[in-house]
Amino acid sequence: MLDSSFLDALGLIATANADLYEILWLSVQVSITALLVSVILGFPLGTTLAISDFRGKHVCTTVLNALMGLPPVVVGLLVYLALSRTGPFGVLGLLYTPTAMVIAQVVLITPIIAALTYQVMDDLHREYRELFFSLNIQLPKAVSAYLWDARYSLITTLLAGFGRAISEVGAVMIVGGNIDHLTRVMTTAIALETSKGELAIALALGVVLLALALIVNGLVTAVRTRASRYGYT
Amino acid sequence: MVTPETPASKQSKILSIETMSLGLNIRGSTLLNDISIQVTTSGVTMILGPNGAGKSLLIKCLHGLIEPTKGRFEIALHRCSDPIPQAMVFQKPVLLKRSVMENLQFADQHSCQRTDLEQALDAVRLLEKKDQPATQLSGGEQQRLSLARALITQPKLLFLDEPTASLDPASVLIIEQLINQASQQGVKSVFISHDIGQAKRLASDVIFLNRGQVTEHTDAATFFTNPQSREAQAYLNGEIVL
Ligand SMILES: Nc1ncnc2c1ncn2[C@@H]1O[C@H](COP(=O)(O)OP(=O)(O)OP(=O)(O)O)[C@@H](O)[C@H]1O
Ligand SMILES: [Mg+2]
Repeated sequence: MLDSSFLDALGLIATANADLYEILWLSVQVSITALLVSVILGFPLGTTLAISDFRGKHVCTTVLNALMGLPPVVVGLLVYLALSRTGPFGVLGLLYTPTAMVIAQVVLITPIIAALTYQVMDDLHREYRELFFSLNIQLPKAVSAYLWDARYSLITTLLAGFGRAISEVGAVMIVGGNIDHLTRVMTTAIALETSKGELAIALALGVVLLALALIVNGLVTAVRTRASRYGYT
Repeated sequence: MVTPETPASKQSKILSIETMSLGLNIRGSTLLNDISIQVTTSGVTMILGPNGAGKSLLIKCLHGLIEPTKGRFEIALHRCSDPIPQAMVFQKPVLLKRSVMENLQFADQHSCQRTDLEQALDAVRLLEKKDQPATQLSGGEQQRLSLARALITQPKLLFLDEPTASLDPASVLIIEQLINQASQQGVKSVFISHDIGQAKRLASDVIFLNRGQVTEHTDAATFFTNPQSREAQAYLNGEIVL
Protein backbone atom coordinates (compact mmCIF):
# COMPACT_ATOMS: atom_id res chain seq x y z
CA MET A 1 0.00 0.00 0.00
CA LEU A 2 2.83 2.35 0.88
CA ASP A 3 4.49 1.67 -2.47
CA SER A 4 1.46 2.63 -4.47
CA SER A 5 0.82 5.65 -2.26
CA PHE A 6 4.35 6.79 -2.84
CA LEU A 7 4.03 6.45 -6.61
CA ASP A 8 0.74 8.31 -6.51
CA ALA A 9 2.43 10.99 -4.44
CA LEU A 10 5.18 11.45 -7.01
CA GLY A 11 2.47 11.55 -9.66
CA LEU A 12 0.71 14.37 -7.85
CA ILE A 13 3.92 16.36 -7.62
CA ALA A 14 4.90 15.67 -11.22
CA THR A 15 1.54 16.65 -12.64
CA ALA A 16 1.63 19.90 -10.70
CA ASN A 17 -1.58 19.13 -8.88
CA ALA A 18 -3.29 22.50 -8.41
CA ASP A 19 -4.46 21.91 -4.84
CA LEU A 20 -1.01 20.80 -3.81
CA TYR A 21 0.64 23.90 -5.20
CA GLU A 22 -1.97 26.17 -3.68
CA ILE A 23 -1.15 24.68 -0.27
CA LEU A 24 2.58 24.96 -0.88
CA TRP A 25 2.27 28.56 -2.00
CA LEU A 26 0.20 29.57 1.02
CA SER A 27 2.68 27.88 3.37
CA VAL A 28 5.58 29.75 1.87
CA GLN A 29 3.70 33.05 1.86
CA VAL A 30 2.67 32.76 5.50
CA SER A 31 6.11 31.71 6.69
CA ILE A 32 8.00 34.34 4.71
CA THR A 33 5.68 37.09 5.93
CA ALA A 34 6.10 35.88 9.50
CA LEU A 35 9.84 35.73 9.02
CA LEU A 36 9.98 39.31 7.72
CA VAL A 37 7.99 40.64 10.65
CA SER A 38 10.10 38.62 13.10
CA VAL A 39 13.30 39.96 11.59
CA ILE A 40 12.02 43.53 11.82
CA LEU A 41 11.29 42.91 15.51
CA GLY A 42 14.03 40.45 16.39
CA PHE A 43 17.14 42.03 14.86
CA PRO A 44 16.76 45.38 16.65
CA LEU A 45 15.70 43.66 19.88
CA GLY A 46 18.66 41.26 19.92
CA THR A 47 21.11 43.95 18.87
CA THR A 48 19.91 46.49 21.43
CA LEU A 49 20.09 43.89 24.16
CA ALA A 50 23.64 42.99 23.14
CA ILE A 51 25.12 46.46 22.98
CA SER A 52 23.32 48.11 25.87
CA ASP A 53 24.08 47.73 29.50
CA PHE A 54 21.32 48.03 32.05
CA ARG A 55 19.97 46.52 35.21
CA GLY A 56 17.94 43.43 34.50
CA LYS A 57 19.72 42.65 31.24
CA HIS A 58 20.45 39.18 32.51
CA VAL A 59 16.78 38.63 33.29
CA CYS A 60 15.84 39.80 29.79
CA THR A 61 18.21 37.40 28.07
CA THR A 62 17.07 34.54 30.29
CA VAL A 63 13.43 35.24 29.46
CA LEU A 64 14.28 35.50 25.78
CA ASN A 65 16.04 32.15 25.85
CA ALA A 66 13.09 30.61 27.62
CA LEU A 67 10.70 32.04 25.01
CA MET A 68 12.68 30.21 22.32
CA GLY A 69 11.25 26.99 23.63
CA LEU A 70 7.59 28.07 23.65
CA PRO A 71 5.37 25.07 22.88
CA PRO A 72 3.62 25.87 19.58
CA VAL A 73 0.20 24.62 20.70
CA VAL A 74 0.30 26.93 23.68
CA VAL A 75 1.18 29.83 21.42
CA GLY A 76 -1.67 28.78 19.16
CA LEU A 77 -4.04 28.71 22.09
CA LEU A 78 -2.98 32.16 23.34
CA VAL A 79 -3.25 33.72 19.90
CA TYR A 80 -6.61 31.99 19.50
CA LEU A 81 -7.86 33.50 22.76
CA ALA A 82 -6.60 36.93 21.73
CA LEU A 83 -8.24 36.78 18.30
CA SER A 84 -11.47 34.94 19.14
CA ARG A 85 -14.65 36.95 18.97
CA THR A 86 -14.70 37.58 22.72
CA GLY A 87 -10.96 38.21 22.94
CA PRO A 88 -9.27 41.63 23.03
CA PHE A 89 -8.66 41.62 19.26
CA GLY A 90 -11.87 39.83 18.34
CA VAL A 91 -13.32 42.84 16.53
CA LEU A 92 -10.61 42.52 13.90
CA GLY A 93 -12.13 39.24 12.77
CA LEU A 94 -8.75 37.68 12.10
CA LEU A 95 -9.35 34.20 13.45
CA TYR A 96 -9.16 31.48 10.77
CA THR A 97 -7.37 33.75 8.30
CA PRO A 98 -3.81 33.55 6.99
CA THR A 99 -3.09 36.69 9.02
CA ALA A 100 -3.85 34.80 12.21
CA MET A 101 -1.35 32.13 11.15
CA VAL A 102 1.26 34.80 10.47
CA ILE A 103 0.67 36.26 13.94
CA ALA A 104 1.07 32.86 15.60
CA GLN A 105 4.29 32.19 13.69
CA VAL A 106 5.62 35.66 14.53
CA VAL A 107 5.06 34.96 18.23
CA LEU A 108 6.86 31.65 17.81
CA ILE A 109 9.91 32.71 15.85
CA THR A 110 10.58 36.28 16.99
CA PRO A 111 12.16 34.99 20.23
CA ILE A 112 14.30 32.63 18.17
CA ILE A 113 15.49 35.37 15.84
CA ALA A 114 16.03 37.80 18.72
CA ALA A 115 17.88 35.30 20.92
CA LEU A 116 20.17 34.09 18.14
CA THR A 117 20.80 37.70 17.05
CA TYR A 118 21.63 38.55 20.64
CA GLN A 119 24.19 35.75 20.86
CA VAL A 120 25.90 36.76 17.62
CA MET A 121 25.89 40.47 18.44
CA ASP A 122 27.03 39.94 22.00
CA ASP A 123 30.09 38.01 20.83
CA LEU A 124 30.88 40.65 18.26
CA HIS A 125 30.34 43.48 20.71
CA ARG A 126 32.76 41.96 23.21
CA GLU A 127 35.31 41.66 20.43
CA TYR A 128 34.88 45.14 18.91
CA ARG A 129 33.84 47.32 21.85
CA GLU A 130 37.26 48.60 22.85
CA LEU A 131 38.36 49.06 19.27
CA PHE A 132 35.26 51.11 18.42
CA PHE A 133 35.74 53.26 21.48
CA SER A 134 39.37 53.76 20.55
CA LEU A 135 38.50 54.70 16.97
CA ASN A 136 35.77 57.00 18.22
CA ILE A 137 33.11 55.21 16.19
CA GLN A 138 29.62 56.61 16.72
CA LEU A 139 26.67 54.35 17.50
CA PRO A 140 24.99 54.24 14.05
CA LYS A 141 28.25 53.33 12.37
CA ALA A 142 28.99 50.76 15.07
CA VAL A 143 25.59 49.12 14.70
CA SER A 144 25.83 48.90 10.94
CA ALA A 145 29.30 47.42 11.35
CA TYR A 146 27.93 44.79 13.72
CA LEU A 147 25.15 43.92 11.30
CA TRP A 148 27.49 43.72 8.35
CA ASP A 149 30.22 41.75 10.08
CA ALA A 150 27.66 39.34 11.48
CA ARG A 151 26.01 38.89 8.10
CA TYR A 152 26.78 35.19 7.68
CA SER A 153 25.58 34.31 11.16
CA LEU A 154 22.48 36.46 10.72
CA ILE A 155 21.57 34.72 7.46
CA THR A 156 21.87 31.40 9.26
CA THR A 157 19.59 32.77 11.97
CA LEU A 158 17.09 33.81 9.35
CA LEU A 159 17.08 30.38 7.76
CA ALA A 160 16.64 28.73 11.15
CA GLY A 161 13.61 30.94 11.75
CA PHE A 162 12.13 30.07 8.37
CA GLY A 163 12.71 26.36 8.93
CA ARG A 164 10.92 26.50 12.23
CA ALA A 165 8.00 28.51 10.80
CA ILE A 166 7.33 26.36 7.76
CA SER A 167 7.45 23.07 9.64
CA GLU A 168 5.28 24.20 12.53
CA VAL A 169 1.85 22.58 12.81
CA GLY A 170 0.16 23.01 16.21
CA ALA A 171 -0.20 26.77 16.32
CA VAL A 172 -1.36 27.30 12.74
CA MET A 173 -3.83 24.46 13.09
CA ILE A 174 -5.50 26.14 16.05
CA VAL A 175 -5.62 29.71 14.73
CA GLY A 176 -5.95 28.89 11.03
CA GLY A 177 -8.41 26.06 11.32
CA ASN A 178 -7.04 24.21 8.28
CA ILE A 179 -9.78 25.53 6.01
CA ASP A 180 -9.56 24.27 2.45
CA HIS A 181 -8.45 26.92 -0.07
CA LEU A 182 -8.10 29.47 2.73
CA THR A 183 -5.83 28.46 5.59
CA ARG A 184 -4.67 24.99 4.63
CA VAL A 185 -0.88 24.81 4.73
CA MET A 186 1.43 21.87 4.22
CA THR A 187 1.76 20.73 7.80
CA THR A 188 -1.95 20.92 8.61
CA ALA A 189 -2.84 19.28 5.32
CA ILE A 190 -0.44 16.41 6.03
CA ALA A 191 -2.04 15.90 9.44
CA LEU A 192 -5.52 15.94 7.97
CA GLU A 193 -4.87 13.72 4.94
CA THR A 194 -3.03 11.18 7.06
CA SER A 195 -5.95 10.94 9.47
CA LYS A 196 -8.31 10.53 6.52
CA GLY A 197 -6.11 7.79 5.11
CA GLU A 198 -5.28 9.81 1.99
CA LEU A 199 -1.69 8.72 2.13
CA ALA A 200 -0.79 9.74 -1.42
CA ILE A 201 -1.62 13.40 -0.85
CA ALA A 202 -0.03 13.35 2.61
CA LEU A 203 3.11 11.81 1.21
CA ALA A 204 3.27 14.24 -1.70
CA LEU A 205 3.09 17.14 0.72
CA GLY A 206 5.62 15.43 2.96
CA VAL A 207 8.06 15.07 0.10
CA VAL A 208 7.69 18.74 -0.81
CA LEU A 209 8.14 19.82 2.82
CA LEU A 210 11.18 17.60 3.13
CA ALA A 211 12.62 19.10 -0.04
CA LEU A 212 12.11 22.59 1.36
CA ALA A 213 13.81 21.63 4.60
CA LEU A 214 16.72 20.16 2.67
CA ILE A 215 17.05 23.32 0.58
CA VAL A 216 17.09 25.49 3.70
CA ASN A 217 19.70 23.22 5.29
CA GLY A 218 21.74 23.28 2.12
CA LEU A 219 21.67 27.06 2.16
CA VAL A 220 22.83 27.12 5.78
CA THR A 221 25.75 24.87 4.91
CA ALA A 222 26.60 26.99 1.88
CA VAL A 223 26.59 30.17 3.98
CA ARG A 224 28.78 28.54 6.64
CA THR A 225 31.23 27.26 4.06
CA ARG A 226 31.47 30.65 2.45
CA ALA A 227 31.99 32.36 5.80
CA SER A 228 34.71 29.98 6.92
CA ARG A 229 36.47 30.22 3.57
CA TYR A 230 37.06 33.89 4.40
CA GLY A 231 37.82 33.18 8.03
CA TYR A 232 34.73 35.14 9.05
CA THR A 233 33.16 32.62 11.40
CA MET B 1 62.32 62.57 37.50
CA VAL B 2 62.90 65.49 35.19
CA THR B 3 63.51 64.23 31.71
CA PRO B 4 65.44 66.00 29.01
CA GLU B 5 63.55 67.19 25.99
CA THR B 6 64.48 66.08 22.54
CA PRO B 7 64.64 68.69 19.75
CA ALA B 8 61.36 67.54 18.23
CA SER B 9 59.38 68.82 21.18
CA LYS B 10 60.67 72.30 20.54
CA GLN B 11 59.26 72.32 17.03
CA SER B 12 55.79 71.19 18.00
CA LYS B 13 53.37 71.82 20.79
CA ILE B 14 54.15 69.72 23.83
CA LEU B 15 51.75 67.07 25.00
CA SER B 16 51.75 66.21 28.65
CA ILE B 17 50.33 63.29 30.56
CA GLU B 18 49.91 63.61 34.27
CA THR B 19 48.40 61.10 36.66
CA MET B 20 47.56 61.88 40.24
CA SER B 21 47.44 58.87 42.59
CA LEU B 22 45.77 56.81 39.91
CA GLY B 23 44.43 53.52 41.22
CA LEU B 24 42.43 50.63 39.84
CA ASN B 25 40.62 48.09 41.91
CA ILE B 26 38.71 45.25 40.30
CA ARG B 27 36.73 42.87 42.49
CA GLY B 28 38.87 43.46 45.54
CA SER B 29 42.30 43.19 43.94
CA THR B 30 44.44 46.26 43.50
CA LEU B 31 45.70 46.18 39.95
CA LEU B 32 47.07 49.72 39.79
CA ASN B 33 48.21 51.43 42.94
CA ASP B 34 48.85 55.10 43.55
CA ILE B 35 50.38 55.92 40.19
CA SER B 36 51.65 59.45 39.96
CA ILE B 37 53.66 60.18 36.87
CA GLN B 38 54.27 63.21 34.77
CA VAL B 39 55.26 62.73 31.17
CA THR B 40 56.33 65.82 29.31
CA THR B 41 58.81 64.39 26.85
CA SER B 42 58.14 64.20 23.18
CA GLY B 43 58.89 61.01 21.30
CA VAL B 44 58.50 57.64 22.92
CA THR B 45 57.78 56.92 26.57
CA MET B 46 58.47 53.26 27.25
CA ILE B 47 56.59 51.28 29.82
CA LEU B 48 58.54 48.26 30.99
CA GLY B 49 57.72 45.67 33.59
CA PRO B 50 57.11 41.98 34.10
CA ASN B 51 54.00 40.10 32.92
CA GLY B 52 50.93 41.05 34.87
CA ALA B 53 52.48 44.26 36.20
CA GLY B 54 49.53 46.30 34.97
CA LYS B 55 51.08 47.92 31.90
CA SER B 56 48.15 47.21 29.61
CA LEU B 57 45.68 48.30 32.26
CA LEU B 58 47.54 51.56 32.78
CA ILE B 59 47.41 52.59 29.14
CA LYS B 60 43.80 51.44 28.86
CA CYS B 61 43.00 53.82 31.72
CA LEU B 62 44.87 56.64 30.03
CA HIS B 63 43.12 55.93 26.73
CA GLY B 64 39.74 56.02 28.45
CA LEU B 65 38.83 52.36 28.00
CA ILE B 66 38.82 51.69 31.72
CA GLU B 67 37.66 54.08 34.40
CA PRO B 68 40.23 54.29 37.22
CA THR B 69 38.71 53.69 40.64
CA LYS B 70 41.02 56.15 42.38
CA GLY B 71 42.79 59.37 41.54
CA ARG B 72 42.70 61.10 38.19
CA PHE B 73 44.75 61.96 35.18
CA GLU B 74 45.07 64.71 32.69
CA ILE B 75 46.25 64.70 29.14
CA ALA B 76 46.84 68.14 27.78
CA LEU B 77 48.26 69.70 24.72
CA HIS B 78 49.95 73.03 25.15
CA ARG B 79 47.49 75.86 24.55
CA CYS B 80 44.84 73.59 23.14
CA SER B 81 41.56 72.77 24.82
CA ASP B 82 40.07 70.41 22.22
CA PRO B 83 40.07 66.69 22.96
CA ILE B 84 43.39 65.24 21.88
CA PRO B 85 43.11 62.72 19.06
CA GLN B 86 44.40 59.41 20.37
CA ALA B 87 44.81 55.95 18.95
CA MET B 88 45.75 52.62 20.38
CA VAL B 89 47.35 49.47 19.04
CA PHE B 90 46.06 46.63 21.18
CA GLN B 91 48.19 43.82 22.53
CA LYS B 92 45.89 41.37 20.79
CA PRO B 93 44.97 42.72 17.35
CA VAL B 94 41.25 43.28 16.82
CA LEU B 95 40.34 43.32 13.14
CA LEU B 96 36.98 43.61 11.46
CA LYS B 97 35.76 40.63 9.46
CA ARG B 98 36.51 42.44 6.23
CA SER B 99 39.34 42.94 3.82
CA VAL B 100 42.61 44.58 4.80
CA MET B 101 41.73 47.74 2.88
CA GLU B 102 38.23 47.89 4.34
CA ASN B 103 39.70 47.70 7.83
CA LEU B 104 41.72 50.77 7.07
CA GLN B 105 38.80 52.59 5.46
CA PHE B 106 36.65 51.89 8.49
CA ALA B 107 39.03 53.75 10.79
CA ASP B 108 39.62 56.66 8.46
CA GLN B 109 37.62 59.67 9.53
CA HIS B 110 39.43 62.21 7.43
CA SER B 111 38.15 60.89 4.11
CA CYS B 112 41.62 60.00 2.93
CA GLN B 113 42.24 59.49 -0.75
CA ARG B 114 42.57 55.90 -1.85
CA THR B 115 46.20 56.58 -2.68
CA ASP B 116 46.80 57.71 0.91
CA LEU B 117 45.29 54.51 2.22
CA GLU B 118 47.39 52.49 -0.19
CA GLN B 119 50.46 54.38 0.93
CA ALA B 120 49.61 53.59 4.55
CA LEU B 121 49.36 49.90 3.67
CA ASP B 122 52.58 50.04 1.73
CA ALA B 123 54.32 51.56 4.75
CA VAL B 124 53.59 48.37 6.70
CA ARG B 125 54.26 46.16 3.64
CA LEU B 126 50.68 45.03 3.27
CA LEU B 127 49.72 46.62 -0.02
CA GLU B 128 49.80 43.31 -1.86
CA LYS B 129 47.32 41.86 0.62
CA LYS B 130 44.87 44.73 0.52
CA ASP B 131 41.98 42.62 -0.77
CA GLN B 132 42.55 39.65 1.51
CA PRO B 133 40.32 38.99 4.52
CA ALA B 134 42.10 40.69 7.42
CA THR B 135 41.30 37.83 9.78
CA GLN B 136 43.36 35.50 7.61
CA LEU B 137 46.56 37.54 7.92
CA SER B 138 49.39 36.07 9.97
CA GLY B 139 49.78 37.29 13.54
CA GLY B 140 52.58 39.67 12.61
CA GLU B 141 50.69 41.00 9.60
CA GLN B 142 47.68 41.65 11.79
CA GLN B 143 49.84 43.69 14.15
CA ARG B 144 51.22 45.70 11.24
CA LEU B 145 47.71 46.37 9.97
CA SER B 146 46.68 47.46 13.47
CA LEU B 147 49.46 50.02 13.47
CA ALA B 148 48.58 51.30 10.02
CA ARG B 149 44.98 51.64 11.15
CA ALA B 150 45.99 53.56 14.28
CA LEU B 151 48.14 55.94 12.25
CA ILE B 152 45.46 56.60 9.64
CA THR B 153 43.36 58.28 12.35
CA GLN B 154 46.11 60.92 12.58
CA PRO B 155 46.56 60.78 16.35
CA LYS B 156 48.55 63.21 18.44
CA LEU B 157 48.94 60.56 21.11
CA LEU B 158 49.57 56.94 20.28
CA PHE B 159 49.34 54.04 22.74
CA LEU B 160 51.18 50.94 21.62
CA ASP B 161 50.75 47.72 23.57
CA GLU B 162 53.59 45.43 22.49
CA PRO B 163 53.05 46.21 18.81
CA THR B 164 56.07 44.20 17.72
CA ALA B 165 55.60 41.20 20.00
CA SER B 166 55.27 38.62 17.23
CA LEU B 167 57.12 40.34 14.42
CA ASP B 168 60.18 39.17 12.53
CA PRO B 169 63.29 41.39 12.83
CA ALA B 170 62.70 43.15 9.52
CA SER B 171 59.11 43.97 10.44
CA VAL B 172 60.25 45.24 13.83
CA LEU B 173 62.51 47.70 12.03
CA ILE B 174 59.68 48.84 9.76
CA ILE B 175 57.45 49.50 12.77
CA GLU B 176 60.19 51.30 14.67
CA GLN B 177 60.86 53.52 11.68
CA LEU B 178 57.18 54.38 11.47
CA ILE B 179 57.09 55.26 15.17
CA ASN B 180 60.18 57.42 14.81
CA GLN B 181 58.68 59.11 11.79
CA ALA B 182 55.51 59.81 13.76
CA SER B 183 57.60 61.22 16.62
CA GLN B 184 59.29 63.60 14.22
CA GLN B 185 55.87 64.79 13.13
CA GLY B 186 55.03 65.55 16.75
CA VAL B 187 53.12 62.41 17.67
CA LYS B 188 53.64 61.37 21.27
CA SER B 189 53.90 57.60 21.78
CA VAL B 190 53.46 55.55 24.92
CA PHE B 191 54.94 52.17 24.13
CA ILE B 192 54.83 48.91 26.08
CA SER B 193 57.56 46.42 25.27
CA HIS B 194 59.43 43.48 26.68
CA ASP B 195 62.28 43.96 24.24
CA ILE B 196 65.04 45.79 26.07
CA GLY B 197 67.01 46.40 22.89
CA GLN B 198 63.96 48.02 21.37
CA ALA B 199 63.42 50.12 24.46
CA LYS B 200 66.99 51.35 24.20
CA ARG B 201 66.53 52.22 20.52
CA LEU B 202 63.28 54.12 20.94
CA ALA B 203 62.78 55.46 24.43
CA SER B 204 63.27 58.99 25.58
CA ASP B 205 62.08 58.05 29.05
CA VAL B 206 61.13 54.83 30.78
CA ILE B 207 58.40 54.04 33.28
CA PHE B 208 58.98 50.83 35.16
CA LEU B 209 55.91 49.13 36.52
CA ASN B 210 55.82 46.24 38.96
CA ARG B 211 52.76 44.77 40.68
CA GLY B 212 50.64 47.75 39.80
CA GLN B 213 53.12 50.29 41.07
CA VAL B 214 55.57 52.60 39.34
CA THR B 215 58.94 51.90 40.85
CA GLU B 216 60.72 54.43 38.73
CA HIS B 217 60.33 56.93 35.91
CA THR B 218 63.62 58.14 34.51
CA ASP B 219 65.12 59.23 31.25
CA ALA B 220 66.25 56.40 29.04
CA ALA B 221 70.00 56.97 29.44
CA THR B 222 69.80 56.77 33.20
CA PHE B 223 67.41 53.86 33.21
CA PHE B 224 69.59 51.60 31.11
CA THR B 225 72.95 52.53 32.69
CA ASN B 226 71.96 53.13 36.24
CA PRO B 227 68.42 51.99 37.11
CA GLN B 228 67.28 53.42 40.40
CA SER B 229 64.93 50.74 41.67
CA ARG B 230 65.88 47.26 42.72
CA GLU B 231 63.01 45.84 40.63
CA ALA B 232 64.25 47.51 37.46
CA GLN B 233 67.79 46.34 38.10
CA ALA B 234 66.58 42.79 38.49
CA TYR B 235 64.43 43.04 35.36
CA LEU B 236 67.31 44.36 33.25
CA ASN B 237 69.55 41.58 34.56
CA GLY B 238 67.04 39.05 33.40
CA GLU B 239 66.08 37.97 36.87
CA ILE B 240 62.60 37.18 38.06
CA VAL B 241 61.21 40.37 39.57
CA LEU B 242 59.47 39.93 42.90
N1 LIG C 1 39.32 42.87 33.71
C1 LIG C 1 40.15 42.40 34.66
N2 LIG C 1 39.65 41.91 35.80
C2 LIG C 1 40.46 41.42 36.77
N3 LIG C 1 41.79 41.36 36.67
C3 LIG C 1 42.34 41.82 35.53
C4 LIG C 1 41.56 42.37 34.48
N4 LIG C 1 42.39 42.74 33.47
C5 LIG C 1 43.62 42.44 33.91
N5 LIG C 1 43.61 41.91 35.14
C6 LIG C 1 44.78 41.51 35.94
O1 LIG C 1 45.61 42.62 36.11
C7 LIG C 1 46.97 42.28 36.03
C8 LIG C 1 47.69 43.20 35.07
O2 LIG C 1 47.22 42.95 33.76
P1 LIG C 1 47.86 43.67 32.50
O3 LIG C 1 47.18 43.14 31.31
O4 LIG C 1 47.87 45.13 32.68
O5 LIG C 1 49.35 43.13 32.56
P2 LIG C 1 50.57 43.55 31.66
O6 LIG C 1 51.55 44.32 32.50
O7 LIG C 1 50.11 44.20 30.43
O8 LIG C 1 51.22 42.12 31.35
P3 LIG C 1 51.78 41.50 29.99
O9 LIG C 1 53.22 41.90 29.91
O10 LIG C 1 51.68 40.03 30.21
O11 LIG C 1 50.97 41.99 28.87
C9 LIG C 1 47.02 40.81 35.63
O12 LIG C 1 47.40 40.05 36.74
C10 LIG C 1 45.60 40.48 35.21
O13 LIG C 1 45.27 39.19 35.61
MG1 LIG D 1 49.86 43.64 28.50
